[in-house]
Amino acid sequence: MAVAKDFTGFKARELPKEEYFSPGHRGCQGCAGALAVRMILKAVGNRVIVTSATGCMEIISSPFPQTAWEVPWIHVAFENAAAVASGIEAGLKVLMRKGRLKEEKIFVLAIAGDGGTADIGLQALSGALERGHDFVYICIDNEAYMNTGIQRSSSTPYGARTTTSPAGRKSIGQMTWKKNVAEIAVAHHIPYVATVCPSYYLDLMNKVKKAALTPGPAYIHCLAPCPTGWRCAPNLAIEIGRLAVETGVFPLYEVINGEYKIQYPHRRLKPVREYLQLQGRFRHLTDEYIEIIQKRVTEDMAKLRALEKFGSFYKNVIANL
Amino acid sequence: MISWQKLNLGATITEPGSARQFLTGDWRTQRPILDKDACIKCGRCWIYCPEAAYEADEEGYFKCNLDYCKGCGICAQECPVGAITMVLEE
Repeated sequence: MAVAKDFTGFKARELPKEEYFSPGHRGCQGCAGALAVRMILKAVGNRVIVTSATGCMEIISSPFPQTAWEVPWIHVAFENAAAVASGIEAGLKVLMRKGRLKEEKIFVLAIAGDGGTADIGLQALSGALERGHDFVYICIDNEAYMNTGIQRSSSTPYGARTTTSPAGRKSIGQMTWKKNVAEIAVAHHIPYVATVCPSYYLDLMNKVKKAALTPGPAYIHCLAPCPTGWRCAPNLAIEIGRLAVETGVFPLYEVINGEYKIQYPHRRLKPVREYLQLQGRFRHLTDEYIEIIQKRVTEDMAKLRALEKFGSFYKNVIANL
Repeated sequence: MISWQKLNLGATITEPGSARQFLTGDWRTQRPILDKDACIKCGRCWIYCPEAAYEADEEGYFKCNLDYCKGCGICAQECPVGAITMVLEE
């Protein structure tokens, strides 16, 4: 169940030079989702089979008759990225057992958007995690259905304006809070869950590699700032991702066998306003609503820190029984 | 255009990375210009480029391939020494 011990982490000066996500894909300017996919494939290498759910990463990377993928890739339907990955993993296992394929480690990766994970693909994901297939599921979360024109998903944060949650006199935009899919994955008691953001590239690549090397299912939640849907300047995509982490809106942590460890933010939280004011989708929010969001973010962060502390406390108690 | 008779079974694509044939450089309104004197060769522009347009040359500088650069300006924003500036395409 342990994470592979011989992997010591990537170094900033010696990052893999190979590109497995080719230029010429049709992502918008400043697309952090495409950047995340590029980093993920850099970390995993080319002994991998990727399956995608429908979503931005699928349509921008495979405009027929071209493909931006330089690794085996399959897309079936919106809801079943995790089910397809399960099938691939089971198929590989049988083919290797029967000697039809050379015995080697081939990673299986499922990449889906937040719609394909939190809304449409949730039951396929839950099933695959529960069956314990050896695969990595990565959710590229840009917080709405961006490829069809910015419709809200259950991963859209409170107060965000989208085309199906418009802001106006009688609405503040999205009225519900963001669904925490990483916690849902933790509740399946799988060996590895992590949250990543491409603004922290070493953290992202290390976690993806760790997840791939972990036997059994692993889930990674990746925040991907989307300049088109978040209504921000394309050159700010990385900066906004960094602010999301530093303000505590999207903390980066990993959960190994149920034990929490927070990587960022390790300093005091910046005010949420700094993150919100750069984005047009939050422009209509008044101080009163920003205060509500700030309160919620502070609470969630305190809860996460308590979980981290409780984990080591719990371990000590068990050890001393 | 490809006629349907020439398609593979299941419309599979057998050539990896064929999106390279599609040059996205004409989406650009601003181009990045590198000041080699200020550059410290850290590679931030390369790792943060969503298009994978940057490539290292023999001297260790990172050079932007303008065939693919969409001009998002992330490299200029993230450069720790401000060696990259975005100038308007003429």
